Amino acid sequence: MVVTHSAARGTGSLPAPPPKKHHSARVRREAWVFLALALPNLLLIAFFTYRPLLVNMYYSTLDWTLGSTDATVVGLGNYLEFFTSGDAGSVLGTTAVFTLATVGGSMILGLAVAVALNQKIPGRTVARSAVFAPYVLSGVGVGMVWLFIFDPVYGVLSWVLRGVGLASPQWINDPNLSLLMVIIVYVWKNLGYCAIVYLAGLQSMPQDVLEAAALDGAGPIRRFFLVVFPLLSPTTFFLLITSLLSSLQAFDIIKIMTPTGNGTGTLIFEAYLQAFGAYNRAGYSAAISVVLFVLLLVMTGLQLRFVERKVHYA
Amino acid sequence: MSTQITVSADVGPLVRQHNARGPSGEAQSLPGPSGPRGTGRRSHALSWGNLARTIATGYLPLILATLVVVAPLAWMVISSLKGPGEIITTDLTVLPRNPTLDNYAQAATTVPFVRFFINSVVVTVVGSTIKCLLAILTAYALVFVRFPFKRAIFLAILVALMVPPQVSVLPNYIFIAGLDGLNTYWGIILPGLGTAFGTFLLRQHFLTLPPSILEAAEIDGAGHLRRLWQVVVPISGPSIATVALVTVVGEWNDYIWPLIVTDKPEMMTLPVGLTLLANSDSTAQAWGVLMAGAVIVIVPILIVFAALQRFIVDGLTQGSVTG
Repeated sequence: MVVTHSAARGTGSLPAPPPKKHHSARVRREAWVFLALALPNLLLIAFFTYRPLLVNMYYSTLDWTLGSTDATVVGLGNYLEFFTSGDAGSVLGTTAVFTLATVGGSMILGLAVAVALNQKIPGRTVARSAVFAPYVLSGVGVGMVWLFIFDPVYGVLSWVLRGVGLASPQWINDPNLSLLMVIIVYVWKNLGYCAIVYLAGLQSMPQDVLEAAALDGAGPIRRFFLVVFPLLSPTTFFLLITSLLSSLQAFDIIKIMTPTGNGTGTLIFEAYLQAFGAYNRAGYSAAISVVLFVLLLVMTGLQLRFVERKVHYA
Repeated sequence: MSTQITVSADVGPLVRQHNARGPSGEAQSLPGPSGPRGTGRRSHALSWGNLARTIATGYLPLILATLVVVAPLAWMVISSLKGPGEIITTDLTVLPRNPTLDNYAQAATTVPFVRFFINSVVVTVVGSTIKCLLAILTAYALVFVRFPFKRAIFLAILVALMVPPQVSVLPNYIFIAGLDGLNTYWGIILPGLGTAFGTFLLRQHFLTLPPSILEAAEIDGAGHLRRLWQVVVPISGPSIATVALVTVVGEWNDYIWPLIVTDKPEMMTLPVGLTLLANSDSTAQAWGVLMAGAVIVIVPILIVFAALQRFIVDGLTQGSVTG
């Protein structure tokens, strides 16, 4: 197939083979065209995406206050401080809790919503759009709305709780509850994404297998766990990796709902607070950024391996 | 595998048709087409029990999911129309008794909200336009122009796709501040202009275009620019719209970079301005005013999404459906 195609192309598009001299001139002209078209974008990516990764590694070796002109080289001092003070424990712990809870929550609820959406009943397209909508909305706006809902005195949640005779929890002041609060809001914003991706997986499922399982006498619940869920495993793995990556980068909701990081100091938020919060510790912040980047690199490595596997299966 | 081929060859067109829909080794164990039992079940479809079950398992989860999403947003809009007396109260009413736009007026006098809106529009329009243009040019070059290191370049773009912008915030801040770019439009826009996502998405689409169309244009003597604008771009409308809309949504919602690079209110974008509003003393706990601010941040994107959601959903879930 490929051979005949390229052969046809060779004879069809060029009436006569061009002389060698002109050929190399043409190749050079093509190269210039390529650079003219692609270079601006490539330079921007190199300068504002790749360069900062290296610069961060350099900054992370400095004891340096943001805004000051002098800095002392401390080598791995910032990393040592991070990992030997209590910071690593609390920051990595908070990151782990936030990440696992949000990934698990959005995937499980997303799958449930996808199953509900995967029925031929009127109104499902409207429901599908509605469920996806929060994913495209501003995290700052969404966080503000939920902050009002969670308000212990005037929030609608406290009103509901009072109705059944309960006092509203102190969502903002209690560090554990404020972490739970941002997790809930993050799941609310992201489960629609998981739902739509799972829905695509459900709709591309071979129907014969399901029919066969039904004929063998498997009920809907057994069919789901023994047939549907295993068949969805490529989708599940894809979602797991992409959700892990995006949860590790969550910033907007956390910043607007807990501005000073009360119990919500994840890696990304702590890196922001250290540099741009009260302390202006640029070097220390850069070290935390590098730790985050290494973590993301591991995830990305997993994803790249997965992409290869996916191509193999498809 | 080999048995399946024999079976379908023996039994003829009926089974072969069935097999064509997917792997169906199991189908061989059936005495015949699965018709009788299937239709027998479906004849009960109109019974009351079935109707109740359809509502319980079909509509109830859907309505619940929709409500969980819509209710907070509806509450935001409703609250933004209430006077302070109806919000700072534990005696809650759902609908405002005297709907008023006072909260919007107060949001605009406490902080320059109109200015935030203009800034957001400028940053979004300029940023997205340039990003889309760069994405189209780069993707075209990667697919249709001969160059030695294209694979390596594409790989570098793929990796850039996975580097979160948050990690590069501090070095970019130092760089932009060094050029006096704090509190300027170009300082907000420039670091985000390189686009790995748009390039990736359009490259994947350009690869699917039939080469014969471009060859025809080449024979007619059209250079690369003419081939790009008169052949490739016109037949790639939906993909370009997808990239454009996803970019617009991203620029409008962008938070951490504008937050860091602006500290003068007159240069803030809407999400940053909403933070300023929340921090200002006169509106602390003034939920009606804050909800008015949230409406102005959220509703424009909600409208764009409602009108053009097909493109946005396609773009954001791209790559997930291929497996």
